[in-house]
Order: sequence, then structure tokens, then C-alpha cells
Amino acid sequence: MAKEKPGTIQVKSFADHHVITQPNPLRKMLLRVPESDLDDPVGRAEKALAGLSGEFKNWMAIEADRLSAAHAVILRNGFTVDNREELFRAAHDIKGDAATFGFPSAGAAAESLCRIIEHAPDLDQVPPELITHHINAIQAIVRERTKLDTAVMASALSKQLRGITDEFLLKVNRDRPEHLEAILAPSIVPAE
Amino acid sequence: MYRIDFNKLRFLICDDNPHMRRILRTLLHSFGAREAYEAEDGATALEMYSHYVPDIVITDWAMPIFDGLELAQMIRQPESKGNPYAPIIMLTGHSEKRRVTVARDAGVTEFLAKPISAKGLYQRILNVVANPRPFIKTKTYFGPDRRRNTNNAYIGPERRVGGEMEVMQQPSLLDKARSNV
Repeated sequence: MAKEKPGTIQVKSFADHHVITQPNPLRKMLLRVPESDLDDPVGRAEKALAGLSGEFKNWMAIEADRLSAAHAVILRNGFTVDNREELFRAAHDIKGDAATFGFPSAGAAAESLCRIIEHAPDLDQVPPELITHHINAIQAIVRERTKLDTAVMASALSKQLRGITDEFLLKVNRDRPEHLEAILAPSIVPAE
Repeated sequence: MYRIDFNKLRFLICDDNPHMRRILRTLLHSFGAREAYEAEDGATALEMYSHYVPDIVITDWAMPIFDGLELAQMIRQPESKGNPYAPIIMLTGHSEKRRVTVARDAGVTEFLAKPISAKGLYQRILNVVANPRPFIKTKTYFGPDRRRNTNNAYIGPERRVGGEMEVMQQPSLLDKARSNV
């Protein structure tokens, strides 16, 4: 299965570092074609993604249930390193996937939950209802999506949760500058 | 005009989420790729990396066993038997600027924040295929050149002609934070 090793490597040495240049091993994958022969790979991929969209609601429900299951374990046993990680990964996956699946407000609520898990100094001291409200909001947004009036409500709900979360995090991180900086830093993802 | 001959490119996808793997596979196949191997954690990805020698790695950050950041660090071992130069595209739900810096310092070639789009992914692939950057090796870093732009207005020491490094003070958000509390 092994492919050839990359081409000849040139090394230029400086006082505290080396600059290493190799012939572009992927150059041969770049084809020069007349404009008339250019196809539209991005358009093709968008169509293929649209073809998958029939599965998105089901996938989103699976992700939301995984989050609820992780939360249920914490309610039973309290926070441990492992179940904190599982709750974070489940929320983080929703944060990343939900907009693709057509549930941007669920993604925003999941992002707010991720911020609590990442930046609360002690998760056992976080008001339990703050976490529960996030889980319930995500479940509700996923369940109620088919109703026409729910998009605005879902957006308002996730914004309100984020507001309460930020207020809480700013308060509990008063003396933790590195967390404050992270909490206040703008996202690199444009807002919806 | 140029286009990428995707059917000659070999991809390794590493993401613990099966839905995201399916989306990535769909996008890559639509671009024209035929070879896309999948791993659901960093350890499996590293094994597959050695075995399949992919041209491009697309990895998530948050994963069990070891994460995408550790995977990048393990690939970027200059003395390793495998290829330490393969482009690594990090596709992640992390959306904070400091994460981009951490990923960059681990040797990641391109950073793509979720939600994923066909256009965003295509542009990152085009960039690594058409515009590879030289690699830099220092005592603490091995990976693609982290200088992405030429800054003609730069007036500090020029390390690439042997000058001393200088610590540049960045304005902190702390004061702003304190004023909001």
C-alpha cells in the first residue's frame, strides 16, 4: 500500500532554525484545464449533502439523546473525569454539527454548555438547573423543529441561555484571567 | 485554470462522530476522491497513517484515546519513519482564536471551524495541494511555516537572518473583562 517517499528535500539553516523545502508531492494532482472543462466540485458536493439531509433530523435526535444520556449519568453519580469528558464531547459534537443538520439554535445552546464545562472552576458548584436547562433546550429544539413558530423561539431560547451562562462564567472567573480572556474572546465563526 | 485530480488523492479522515465521518466521506467522494480511509480515534488514525500513507489528513480535535492535536504532534516527528510532511487539515467545533494558534503550533496545516461547508473544505484542500508551505524546524517546533503572509510593515528583528528573538507584548482582554464584571 505504501506510496513513494516525498522528493528531494532541501534544508536551509539559520541561527536557531532550519527551513525545509521539498518539491510539492501533490503537484501532479493539480491539472491545468481550459475554462470550458472546469466542472463544479463544490456545487456537486452541496447537492450530495442535500441528498443526505433526509437523515439529518434522525442524526440530530441521536446526538441529543447521547447528550441526555451523558447528563443522566452525571445526575446519578456526580461529575468524574470520564463523564465530564463524555458530556463535553457530546455537547461539542452538537455545537459543530447542529448547523449542518439544520438546527443552528441547538448548536448555539450546545456551545453555551461547552463554555460552562470548559470554564467553570468547579462543575459541582454550577447550579444543576443551569446545565439541565441547556440539555432540555437542545432536546426541545430538536423535537419541536417541525412547528412553524419554533425557529424564532429556539433562537431566543439559546440566546437567553448564553446570556445567563456568560454572566455566571464572568462572575466565577473574576480571578482567573486566562479563562476571562477566553470567555470574552470573539468566535472565529461568523454569527448566524 | 486549474482543477484538482481528486481521484489520485488519498485521504485519511479521523473523527469519532460517525455522522461527521459520513458527511466528510460524501463531500470527498463528490469532489471526485476514491480513496478515503476512516478512523474513529487518534490511535487508530496513527496506525492507518503509517499503513496507508495518505496524501492529506483531515482530523477532528476532540476525540477519545488521543485527540487530533496529539495526532498532529505524532505525525510531525522529523525523525519518524513515516512521512512527517503530510498536510493536516483540522476540522473542529472549537471556534476560539486561541485554538487556532494551539493547532498551528502543533503542526496543523489548515484549520477549518465547523459547521462544515463544501466550499470551506474544498478551499482548504486546494490550498494544501497548490500552495504547500516550507517546513520549519526549531528546538520546539516542526511543521509548516507559521508565517502565512509577508508583512512589509514589520520592523522587528529578522530571525531568518540570525537576529535575536524578541517577545512582543500583546494587549490583553483582561482589563476589558474586569470592567465588565
